[in-house]
Amino acid sequence: MRHHRVLRIISKLLIPFIMLFALYVQFHGDFGPGGGFQAGVIFASAFILYGLIFGLENVRKVAPPAVVTRLIAAGVLLYAGTGYAGLFGGGNFLDYSVLRADPVAGQHLGIMVIEFGVGTTVAATMITIFFLFAGRDR
Amino acid sequence: MLQVILDHYNYWIAIFLMMVGFYTVVARGNLVKKLVGLNIFQTSVFLLYISMGKVTGGTAPILDDRFQVYSNPIPHVLILTAIVVGVATTALGLGLVVRIRESYGTIEEDELDLADGET
Amino acid sequence: MSGLIGDLLAHLPALQVVVPLAAAPLCLLAGRAGLAWIIAFTAAVAATATAAALAYLTFHNGTISYHMGGWAPPWGIEYVVDTANALILLLVSAIATVVLAFCPASVAREIRPGSQHLFYCMFILCLTGLLGIAVTGDAFNVFVFLEISSLSSYALIAMGGHRKALTAAFQYLIMGTIGATFFLIGVGLLYMMTGTLNMADLQARIPAIQDSRPVAAAMAFITVGLALKAALFPLHLWLPNAYASAPSAVSAFIAATATKVSLYVLLRFTFTIFGANFAFLNLPLHWVLLVLAVIAMFAGSFSAIFQRDVKRMLAYSSIAQIGYITLAISLASSAGISAALIHIFNHGLMKAALFCAMGCIFYRIGSTRIEHFAGLGRQMPWTMTAIVAAGLSLLGVPLTAGFISKWYLVQAALQADLWWLVILIAASSLLALVYVWRLVEAMYFKAPPAGREDVGEAPLSMLLPTLLLAGLNIYFGLDTRLPVAMAESAAALLLRGQM
Repeated sequence: MRHHRVLRIISKLLIPFIMLFALYVQFHGDFGPGGGFQAGVIFASAFILYGLIFGLENVRKVAPPAVVTRLIAAGVLLYAGTGYAGLFGGGNFLDYSVLRADPVAGQHLGIMVIEFGVGTTVAATMITIFFLFAGRDR
Repeated sequence: MLQVILDHYNYWIAIFLMMVGFYTVVARGNLVKKLVGLNIFQTSVFLLYISMGKVTGGTAPILDDRFQVYSNPIPHVLILTAIVVGVATTALGLGLVVRIRESYGTIEEDELDLADGET
Repeated sequence: MSGLIGDLLAHLPALQVVVPLAAAPLCLLAGRAGLAWIIAFTAAVAATATAAALAYLTFHNGTISYHMGGWAPPWGIEYVVDTANALILLLVSAIATVVLAFCPASVAREIRPGSQHLFYCMFILCLTGLLGIAVTGDAFNVFVFLEISSLSSYALIAMGGHRKALTAAFQYLIMGTIGATFFLIGVGLLYMMTGTLNMADLQARIPAIQDSRPVAAAMAFITVGLALKAALFPLHLWLPNAYASAPSAVSAFIAATATKVSLYVLLRFTFTIFGANFAFLNLPLHWVLLVLAVIAMFAGSFSAIFQRDVKRMLAYSSIAQIGYITLAISLASSAGISAALIHIFNHGLMKAALFCAMGCIFYRIGSTRIEHFAGLGRQMPWTMTAIVAAGLSLLGVPLTAGFISKWYLVQAALQADLWWLVILIAASSLLALVYVWRLVEAMYFKAPPAGREDVGEAPLSMLLPTLLLAGLNIYFGLDTRLPVAMAESAAALLLRGQM
């Protein structure tokens, strides 16, 4: 894609904003529409756009497949770990109220961490799916 | 009669899409087209759920002092989960199609049956 | 210390699902087959211990309810364990443990070295899904877990060595997704009518509106969707290919558990949520199920007789056995439900033993076609003993678990004054005799072909689990207390206040 100067410049301009928007959707999920699923997909779309314009080689340098695969597991573990934290705090599984002395603050923290885990897994999964399909050009 | 049909237009759309999708899955021999049909079929169910959550005169379910009536957010949350399931199914299905194409050289159902019959 | 144990006991319903769930990403992170196997096996053992404790507690102290995240039902997701699903949990997790013990050698032979840890990741995820379906008390949650188990089993089946595994997995994916979506439509209609997803709450609200059309439509969608997942005739087309081309360990695990869990959900929806009166008096569900079940018994057994691949033969036999279970459900009586649950348990043991034995044979001769079985009776005597024991159980010969199933099924049929069913059950068992005999004949009465004189037993790590499963078929034929007592208690619970 060396000749598509317009595409390259526009996507370079867009990618930071896509990522920023993803983070907004991620962390605004407590107050309004948003959350990990949507944010994860938006975040991954930045990488996929980069991969489409600048080639699979380059995006693999930015997001090494081995790391991305591990992030899939890490996100799920973060989710499950928060659930277990509720358990060890004396509540039921996934009970965030016991994470802090103040139940409301606990709920706030809990859903934040959970959504971050979801976002991580979704973004990593989407990037992995892109890698797997784009990499099979034999 | 017409009024009854128009009042429930969301169900008619859902049922129409459901039938289109289901027919595509059953009638098409191309595996990718089957997956497209499957997606339409699933999406029709998503629409059924989401339209179910609408409360007449209700706003988006974000707490605010200015509004009293909110739409029901639970179907949306349920469908968010179902959409993720749908994405996973599509990805896995397309992954299988790619592998099938690599090992059989075709993704037409009748040709696949022939190839399987020979071995 | 006792406080700690008390705390642990209170959280068992959640731990049942989330211990395997946490093990799945750990398997992915492990990156090596050995380590991933240790993690998966530990999680499966923990799940079995949990299920055993839950079975004990529900049997002696009654139903356990667990509120996920501390949110009270009907708003929060509730996990409910009673004797019905405790029996299913015990079956699923115990089979998973034994099959995982069988796995290392089998997987090393059948799966590409680079993706063996992914195999264990998928396997334990499939276990998570199946346990979740059984344990949850929330209708939508059933769908989510159904898809977790289904998606992982599509991937597991596609790992089979032959390219046919890919088309089989794709076919299963299409059919399974249609089934799950039908189920989703049904649950949506119920939610639309009642505004709740909690099973107990649904049960309380449905009688008031049971004459409305959406509820009848919901029942139809849910039954068809689950029948697809359970491979009830005529929706069984995905099953033979899937079982025949999956890796041996996957065939053993899925054949013994996946369709059984769907049948359990069918039981739960028919009897607990819709209620027997609605399903059988308002709608003629029992006749639909009865006819399809009888056709399944004969069509499955007939097709099994003509198969040349033994794994395919066993798959068709599964369709016939699912027919027996559905037949028992369709009798809609306490005796019928007990018979269904007992056969779910016993059939799980039979098919796990038989498919594990197929894994042993594939490990040594690289094929499961019946013409290659010639002379194996002398070369792999222990594996063959396991096949014969489980085969006898499949026929329902006295002193095996299969006999107990047939006994309760026949009693339930007699109790419903359907004596002609007894004749049909006996006739279809004779068909089973034909295909089991074909196996025995090939194994014991033919000489091994030239060039295969040095074949011996499979490694002990595969043989011992196979023999254990076959032994359980005999054990539960002699000591029937566990499945029978649990099933009878479960039948009483499912029919509570009905009929």
